[in-house]
Amino acid sequence: MYWQPESECMDREELQQLQLERLESTLSRVNMNVPFYRRKFDEIGFNPDDLRTLDDLRKLPFTTKNDLRENYPYGLFAVPLREVVRVHASSGTTGMSTVVGYSRNDIKTWSNLVARILTAGGITKDDVIQIAFNYGLFTGAFGLHYGAERLGASVIPISSGNTRRQIKIMQDFKTTALVSTPSYAMLIADTMMEMGINRNSLSLKFGLFGAEPWSDAMRKELENKLKIVATDNYGLSEVMGPGVAGECFERNGLHIAEDHFLVELINPDTLQPAKPGDVGEMVITTLTKEAFPVIRYRTRDLTRLLPEPCPCGRTMGRMTRIFGRTDDMLIIRGVNVFPQQIETVLFEIEGVAPHYQIIIDRKGALDETTVLVEVSEQIFFDEMKRQSKLKETIKKRLASELGIAVEVKLVEKKTLERFEGKAIRVIDNRKF
Amino acid sequence: MLKIRNLDVGYGGLNVLRRVSIHVNPGEIVTIIGANGAGKTTLLKTVAGLLRAQAGEIVFSGREIGRTPTEQIVFDGCSLVPEGRQVFPAMPVKENLLLGAYVQFKRGNRQTVSLDLDHVYGLFPVLKQREQQLAGTLSGGEQQMLAIGRSLMARPKLIMLDEPSMGLAPLMVREIFNIIVRIREEGNTVLLVEQNARSALKIANRGYVLETGRVILEGQAEDLLSNRDVQRAYLGRDL
Repeated sequence: MYWQPESECMDREELQQLQLERLESTLSRVNMNVPFYRRKFDEIGFNPDDLRTLDDLRKLPFTTKNDLRENYPYGLFAVPLREVVRVHASSGTTGMSTVVGYSRNDIKTWSNLVARILTAGGITKDDVIQIAFNYGLFTGAFGLHYGAERLGASVIPISSGNTRRQIKIMQDFKTTALVSTPSYAMLIADTMMEMGINRNSLSLKFGLFGAEPWSDAMRKELENKLKIVATDNYGLSEVMGPGVAGECFERNGLHIAEDHFLVELINPDTLQPAKPGDVGEMVITTLTKEAFPVIRYRTRDLTRLLPEPCPCGRTMGRMTRIFGRTDDMLIIRGVNVFPQQIETVLFEIEGVAPHYQIIIDRKGALDETTVLVEVSEQIFFDEMKRQSKLKETIKKRLASELGIAVEVKLVEKKTLERFEGKAIRVIDNRKF
Repeated sequence: MLKIRNLDVGYGGLNVLRRVSIHVNPGEIVTIIGANGAGKTTLLKTVAGLLRAQAGEIVFSGREIGRTPTEQIVFDGCSLVPEGRQVFPAMPVKENLLLGAYVQFKRGNRQTVSLDLDHVYGLFPVLKQREQQLAGTLSGGEQQMLAIGRSLMARPKLIMLDEPSMGLAPLMVREIFNIIVRIREEGNTVLLVEQNARSALKIANRGYVLETGRVILEGQAEDLLSNRDVQRAYLGRDL
């Protein structure tokens, strides 16, 4: 099932022509309407009329989160405010928020792109979709909301929080699809178990999870606990919000809406194009945004592109799930570590609950990493021997995965903080 | 059907088109809108081979035609209905139409010409009535019909129309646009240049907005209709 088959399954050669046309008109527009970009083009002596191929885009400077902050709030808008029908701000996962705007056509495009990922995730107009993202400046909730309405599904705009009520509504309203962060879906699943609710009393079939990186192991856990098909989707407010990319039922990479976004991968250290098949930082240029176009925006998100065609029939290129953010990347004793690596290991070990926290301290000149792991009550109150054996297992597995030694501390169930939005997995106490 | 990449066209030292890229898919009406002097007519003339580009490619039906002579381009199936009709005023209507069938004779399709003539008369009954009249005595609207009919006689794959509504009364404008829709329904592909942006966008599938020689917007026709820049600049809305 496709939402816009004529676009999602379009011939690759036609796609390239379309991308070139759209890139050229976007550059003409930002050059006319956004002084920031005009200045940047002038500085390097680039005339937008000289762009001839998609690869020529590489001659242009990057746009960073910092550029967005410096132009707070409306400095990078390409249309006057009276043509903006919606304003969102980034969720501020990292630092100060940035402001983005949408024209009427932008909202329409956005809704269609979200309808694409919903359709790819199994959802049709017959579904009842519970949106447990926080409604507000954050793009997640409204993006999914408009997309689901466009699709014709029945939308329950419940927002996040009040987990018991979420579950009651899920039962009473016969929710068939849950939209949330993966960590909040996990909290819902755990709360359900605590409340002694039989999963079979729910109508839930699909989960569309996004807004934070998560692992395949976590997917399996969620699918088992909630008995759903869970798909990942990707987006960021600076570029548009959810709908930039999403998994199909193959669940082997996220299809990028390449007719609306041009994606490059760069090596975040050298800023040169990443080698084919390598992990790199995603850099996105919008091709159709009217109110808030971005040129070569550095997302800080790390992924790998999958060049093979997908059996689902979509011709839109795929990327792997986000490995992490360059901001999230921890450098511990000189080794690059992503929280998702730790998550993957933990999920593979029996008796470990899917809740963890990583604490980094500096003792003298050395970094010390402690991973707090929740374990089942059974193990926690069990004899010391079994506990220490589990601890050793986790330590060993983590050491082999990460290449560095970390300390492991087992904690009782429900001692670690739960998150209704994006989870905070890392506490870094080091001072640099 | 038609793919244009990075077209630069100029007269003397003056650049009229700057790296224009557009495409037309089979069965579509694609419209180019823009103010006077934006380069719309230049674009069509360049595709038709009447002007030559300094840079860029024009691919029609899978073949690069940037250096192909006009008569060959017409022979290959790309017809231009020029601005201001350009019918032969001193010739009867029927002969004007038969001149359009010139390439059909050249292709060796002589026997289908009378069928095509009937087809054009079906689309434009008034031309049948005025068959023997000199083209110069027709009204502006009738001359436009004649010009479109003449291009159809060549059985083109792509019809390019340059300002077909220019100088026509509103009622006649509507009729011409209805006919363009009918031409598409019969399986033809149309590239339409218009100053009457609203009417053009209402019948088109997609559109491009040309401003001082550059494409500044591209999109579904309905999206362009609801774009405020387009509304203000080309649809005469006061916003």
